[in-house]
Amino acid sequence: MVELPLPARWAVRLIALAYVFFLVGWPVITLAQRAFADGWSNFSQAFADPDVTHALLVTLEISVWAVVINTVFGVGMALLLVRYEFPGKRVLSAFIDVPMSMSPVVIGLALMLVYSGRYGWFGPTLEAHGFVVIFNSPGMVMATCFVALPLVVREVVPVLEEIGDDQEQAARSLGANAVQVFRRITLPAVKWAVVYGVVLSLARCLGEFGALKIVSGNLTGQTQTAPLVVEQKYNNFAQGEAYAVSFLLVLISVLCLLVVSLLRPQESSS
Amino acid sequence: MSIEISDVNKRFGDFVALEDVNVSLPTGQLTALLGPSGGGKSTLLRIIAGLEKADTGTVSIEGVDATRMSPQKRNVGFVFQHYAVFKHMSVAKNVAFGLEIRKRPKDEVRARVDELLRLVHLSQFADRLPSQLSGGQRQRMALARALAVQPKVLLLDEPFGALDAKVRKELREWLRRLHDEVPVTTVFVTHDQEEAMEVADEIVVINDGRIEQVGTPDSLYDRPANDFVMGFLGEVTRLGDVRLRPHDIEISRSPDLAGSSPADVLRLTRVGFEVRLVAGTEDGREVSVVTTRAHARSLGLAEGERVWLTPSSGAATVPAMTPLVRAELAG
Repeated sequence: MVELPLPARWAVRLIALAYVFFLVGWPVITLAQRAFADGWSNFSQAFADPDVTHALLVTLEISVWAVVINTVFGVGMALLLVRYEFPGKRVLSAFIDVPMSMSPVVIGLALMLVYSGRYGWFGPTLEAHGFVVIFNSPGMVMATCFVALPLVVREVVPVLEEIGDDQEQAARSLGANAVQVFRRITLPAVKWAVVYGVVLSLARCLGEFGALKIVSGNLTGQTQTAPLVVEQKYNNFAQGEAYAVSFLLVLISVLCLLVVSLLRPQESSS
Repeated sequence: MSIEISDVNKRFGDFVALEDVNVSLPTGQLTALLGPSGGGKSTLLRIIAGLEKADTGTVSIEGVDATRMSPQKRNVGFVFQHYAVFKHMSVAKNVAFGLEIRKRPKDEVRARVDELLRLVHLSQFADRLPSQLSGGQRQRMALARALAVQPKVLLLDEPFGALDAKVRKELREWLRRLHDEVPVTTVFVTHDQEEAMEVADEIVVINDGRIEQVGTPDSLYDRPANDFVMGFLGEVTRLGDVRLRPHDIEISRSPDLAGSSPADVLRLTRVGFEVRLVAGTEDGREVSVVTTRAHARSLGLAEGERVWLTPSSGAATVPAMTPLVRAELAG
């Protein structure tokens, strides 16, 4: 730890606080103020609109699917990356981080190019077999999975590296097969990392906008999600309702992060 | 013979870990695989356990060919240097693991776990987590866990290597007693020759991926097959054309023994009950000799005195390689 003189310490704290306040705190507080400007009326108006409640349900459904898929593949890929040597391992590892550095809009466009029913590379074949990807839930789940891809993997990999494979080898020598080793030894050891990854993914998935706007087609009452409904309401001068739905999304994200910060100390003490 | 290893070869990339290894490890005995680090002894142990695959050769355990058997089918107990405890399970659950995997009835599991915890003196810690135990206790728990499934062989990979000197000494005596009570065929890896000599019935010396010698501790110490075994099992010095142990040299004050070499005492050090001296012979070499304090006093040894040195009768000796021969071998 660096020891700073007292005035400098206070100055550093003040600067950090001010930075976070002007960047995050003030805008979010203002948003909450606007949402509650007329008491609960913004909320009751928003919830009276079936398109809004539908959009919230769509967001929930897409997010849950994306999180489940991402968790299964995330844990699987983390095991692959840590426990096995194979050619192309570093390429795979680099690819997992691509969504972090790519704009979600670009991700949406890239998915369109492959799966679009009209001009996609693979889409027409799929649609011929009755499987519509773009402007439909599968495409939206894919886009959301893509965006949240690294979150579970990057949480689980360091924990797997830290525990090593001694315990797994011991379990195998005691007669456990691969499934038993995973369920009884590996999974309990990475449990908290998985939970942390899931919560982060959920928060990320609920807020996804760019990629979904492209692949969903933004069809009101059908494929429109909550963040998309916020934009539409705002553009249609129903700002009150936009603030109300925004506040709801912020609240869920904050709750997710709260859960995470409550889980963290448990992880280090266990 | 309990474990038969024939023609085993193992490479890691360019590194040859084991080369044409053939050895039989006897049933019911405590065998040490002894050698310097990186010599291949842990690799051999892991091949016996099935945690590593040999490139060529076969392993059979109690007459069953285990070469292609997965570790969970071999019925061996394995104890790791760093314990490999299951961190999220209590001590009792750790010990019960192998039995629960085998779906034994609950009563039987509980009885067996109790019995084993008593055997390793951990009964009062049954409900603790491994993180609440000391290193020595964790290793005893790991041993109980390995013994719980009644393995045909028990394999220990540098089991005391991570413990401090005092605990290590206690545990190795305890392991010897435990083996006398529960005579399961046991193989353990160590780089500590004192540990191997003290605990093992039989020692297999491994160096550079090859087996140098197999035998009882006494036979290895008294009749080392070569220079390496002799040097690895204890101190070695050179007198004339032979290499031998410093305590196998007799000192006299007159040239009355046949084949004795004159030398001058250069340095004299007393360590407890023994006296170590370094003497310079006429060919300019230094010889170290160990004798008892009483003997040194009776001879009146002191620095600068002239003495005559003779290998004692029955001393273990190997011919000394001259530097010239070494250079030729290296070239």
